[in-house]
Parts: sequence; C-alpha cells; structure tokens
Amino acid sequence: MLICVSSFFFSSVSHSQITRLYSRFTSLDKGENGTLSREDFQRIPELAINPLGDRIINAFFPEGEDQVNFRGFMRTLAHFRPIEDNEKSKDQNGPEPLNSRSNKLHCKKCEPSYRSNYFSFFVLRMMVGVNISDEQLGSIADRTIQEADQDGDSAISFAEFVKVLEKVDVEQKMSIRFLH
Amino acid sequence: MNVLSFFLLRVFYSFFGIDIVHSTLWKEDSFIHAGIIQREETSMEEEIAGRHQGCFNLADVMYFSKRGCEAVAEDEVTRRFSSEELVSWNLLSRTNANLHHVSWQLSVVWVTGILIRYCLLMPFRVKCWLSNQVQMICARLGVRCVSGLIRFHNRENRPQEGGICVANHTSPLDVLILATDGCYSLVGQAHGGFLGLIQKSCMQTSRHVLFDRSEMKDRHLVRKKEHIADKAKLPILIFPEGTCINNTSVMMFKKGSFEVGGTIHPVAIKYDPRFGDAFWNSTKYSMMTYIFNLMTSWAIVCNVWYLPPMVKEEEEDAVHFANRVKAVIAARGGMSVLPWDGGLKRKKVKESFKEEQQKKYCQIVIENGSVGNGNVY
Repeated sequence: MLICVSSFFFSSVSHSQITRLYSRFTSLDKGENGTLSREDFQRIPELAINPLGDRIINAFFPEGEDQVNFRGFMRTLAHFRPIEDNEKSKDQNGPEPLNSRSNKLHCKKCEPSYRSNYFSFFVLRMMVGVNISDEQLGSIADRTIQEADQDGDSAISFAEFVKVLEKVDVEQKMSIRFLH
Repeated sequence: MNVLSFFLLRVFYSFFGIDIVHSTLWKEDSFIHAGIIQREETSMEEEIAGRHQGCFNLADVMYFSKRGCEAVAEDEVTRRFSSEELVSWNLLSRTNANLHHVSWQLSVVWVTGILIRYCLLMPFRVKCWLSNQVQMICARLGVRCVSGLIRFHNRENRPQEGGICVANHTSPLDVLILATDGCYSLVGQAHGGFLGLIQKSCMQTSRHVLFDRSEMKDRHLVRKKEHIADKAKLPILIFPEGTCINNTSVMMFKKGSFEVGGTIHPVAIKYDPRFGDAFWNSTKYSMMTYIFNLMTSWAIVCNVWYLPPMVKEEEEDAVHFANRVKAVIAARGGMSVLPWDGGLKRKKVKESFKEEQQKKYCQIVIENGSVGNGNVY
C-alpha cells in the first residue's frame, strides 16, 4: 500500500525504483520501526566522512522532528532526479515538479546557508575543518556575501543567490541518475 | 549429486533460461552493475579544482551535497554487507530484490526450480550432511558437507608448514573448502550457538586459536609468533578482513597478521554467484538458517587459487605489505579493492576520516597561503 501511495505521489518514478529505494530504506532502518533516525544515516560511512554530512542529514528531517518516514525519504531524494526531456514539455500550468532547477536551489542544503554572515561562516567551517583560521574564514564569508549582494542589505536573497549561480550547470551538478 | 544439480541448471538455462531470463530481464542498454543509482567516479580534485584552483566558490557546496545524497541512496561500503544482486537472475528469489511477474513461462520455470531444490536436492543433502558431520567430528576437517564444486588452481603453491595462509572471507564455508585440500590451524572469532559447537569439536582434533574480536591485542600476536616458530605445526589460516564480505570486493586487511614475519601464502576464493549465494550475513541469518539456504541452492561452485608465497620486504611496513597482498588476491579473484574496514559492519567510522576530507578540500581551495574568491567569472 505504501508503494501505491508513493507511486501516485511521484508519478514519473518507476515502480522498480521505488521498490529498490524502499529496500534501501529498510536496510538502513536498524530499529525496524518504519522510520529513520539521525543515527541510521550516520551509519553510512561515506556520508559520515562528508564534511557537510550533518547538514545533508538534517535536510531529510521535517522541521523539529527526529524521525523520517519513507515518503519524506523519497521526497528529499526526488530533488536529485535529473530533468528528463519529455518532462519539459509537460503541462506548463501544472505544479512545478520537485526536481526543477528552482527547487534544487531551494533545497534546504543551499538556501539558508548564505543568507547571512553567520550561516555562511558556519557552513564554510564545516567544509574546511580546522585547517583555516577564524580570521581567514571570516574574510572569505564577508567577501562572498559582498560580491553576491546587490541590493546592499548585507544578506543574500534567493534571487541574488540564483543570479550568482546562473552560469553554473545546477541541473547536472545536483542530479543523481537512478537506474532501472 | 554435484554433477546432477549442475546439469539440471544447465538444462534450464539452455531450454528456458537463456531466452526468457535474458530477453525479459536484461535490456540491451542496461549496465553490468546492478545498483540503485549511477555513480560518477570523479574525485574531489577533478570536480572542484578542475574549475578553479585556489578559490572558494558557492557552487562547491553542490559537490558535497550531491555526494552525500548519493551515499544515502547507495554506498560502496554497506553494499558489501548484504548479498550480491545479480544482473541476470538465477531463479533464486532470495537474491532478487526486484521480484515481479514477468511472464508465465518464467514462473513455471521458477516453480519447477523450487520443487527440485526443496524436495529433491535438500533431503538428499541432509542425509549426506549428517553422515559427513559425524565423520568431520571424528576425523580431519577436510570433509565436504555441502555439495560444492571446487576448482583448485596452482596447487603447487599450497601453504606449507609454518606459513600463514591468508584469504578473502565470505563465510565459514571458506574454512571447509580450504580444509578439503589440506590441514590448517585456525584463527577466528569465537561464536556461540551451533557454530560454537562445531568450533569446540574442532578444537579436539587440532590446535586452533579462538579469540574475541573486541579483545584482539598483543597476546594474540604472541601466540602466533610461538606457533610460527614451531615449524612442525600446521600452517595458520587467517582471514585478515575480520568479517564476512559478500565476495564482490576485498576490504581492508588488518595488519596484525602481516607484522609477525614469516611467509604469507595468499589464497583467492571466488564463488560463482549463479549457482548459490555463499555469503553469510551474520546480522540477518543465524548459522542454521544459513546452512538451510546453502542446501536449498543449486550448488556451491567456487574457484580457489593458490598464489605464490610473499614475504615482507626490508623497508616495507606491515600496512603496505598487507595492501600488496590484498591487491594480488583481488586481481586473481576478479574482485574490486576497497580501502574501507570490514569492521564498519558493526561500528562507526572514525572522525579522523572526515578530517582528512576537510583537509583535502582546503588544499584545493588554498593557493599561496590565501583563499581567493571564484564567484565572479
């Protein structure tokens, strides 16, 4: 039943992809209670050594919650589906698909990071660890905000953020190709 | 019995299997790797440095985000701790995660297969196994319990007395297979339950060293040293990975065995996954369930290659030597090499690895002692 609901929700994800992701979900769920906790994610070694690992894990959890169910798990991963050609010509008035360029940028991982100096500094610190001093890091964060900020409010709005990345191929960089 | 099941499977594959299984399950443009996602193998240096060495860019976050999410969907390490999924189905539903109705012919073939495996092959094997079990307890450890087709290659390189034999580990079956062709002194994890009982009875026949994973320290090393010194004893059989891996790759070899000195005799063991899944997932199946699964497979077919003996060189340290041996075994067995520790099956990864990644990123981003800013093109 869960599979039926999910396949209705994500209309262009194939049945076999959902089945495989569900079996991945259950193999991560060591407590076998149908939801994943943060510890379950941290058990993945390649994610545990990723400097932004904790932020990525947070992106899976809804605001203020400690458990994520399969729907939430799929929803977050669906952001990374590549944009297929045949989807581009779909109904223009319909709701924007999850994996559109704009939604990829909106993704929690990117959005609040650069809004202010504080968050910028925090995320940078995660990426470089202890290898750069506070002053150097502060100046990088300042410069980043200054260059992107166009309306002079010392913060980056979403529109400014999009402008900075307009030359970057976001679709390709934030796409994961699902097999079958 | 081995020949019979082998022949039966050949018959199926040739009359029904090849046409149906291949045409319906294997499309022309599918990939050899049966995974969930297509992973890109670009390294951090290629992705980030390729664009702009020496500056920080907002888009760098995307590299880490994508890698992180890829790891959530599918990662190289935890994949090795569950059974391998085959691209071409071998009519065993236990190794197919994507089971769905394809065509009635295939269903007929599958049901027939079930009848044969559960009603014909299994009862015959139980009878054989019981009598073999009695023999095994009384005599040497070289009796075959499960019908397996083992091909030994390069038998001239078989381990001699006083040497250390190392091999990749898939299940306790490895021990049995190697024991059919020689006597070994075992070093392994002490188990409880049924396997513990077998271990205890083996201790009666020859000297083995059993330890607890969590207490593996110097005393262990000392015991091995004493054993080596006594040349009259049997060669020691060690699995340096420390845990069962699913036979698709070779994971980190623990350096303990390689510090002792002495001659190392590497052995590569590769099971043919088409006939049965030999991997023991100890977190999922107990030993009894595992044996039952083995007996209801088609057969256990494996190749064992004895590789030429290797010795640690003068300037070489144990870790480097271990990696050298590991590479040789993986190359011979056709498995990939992973630097990850098999112990990650049970414990978490160390913080220091994350710090290494951070350091690596810094090295790319810092040039001439300062960080540029690459946001303006």
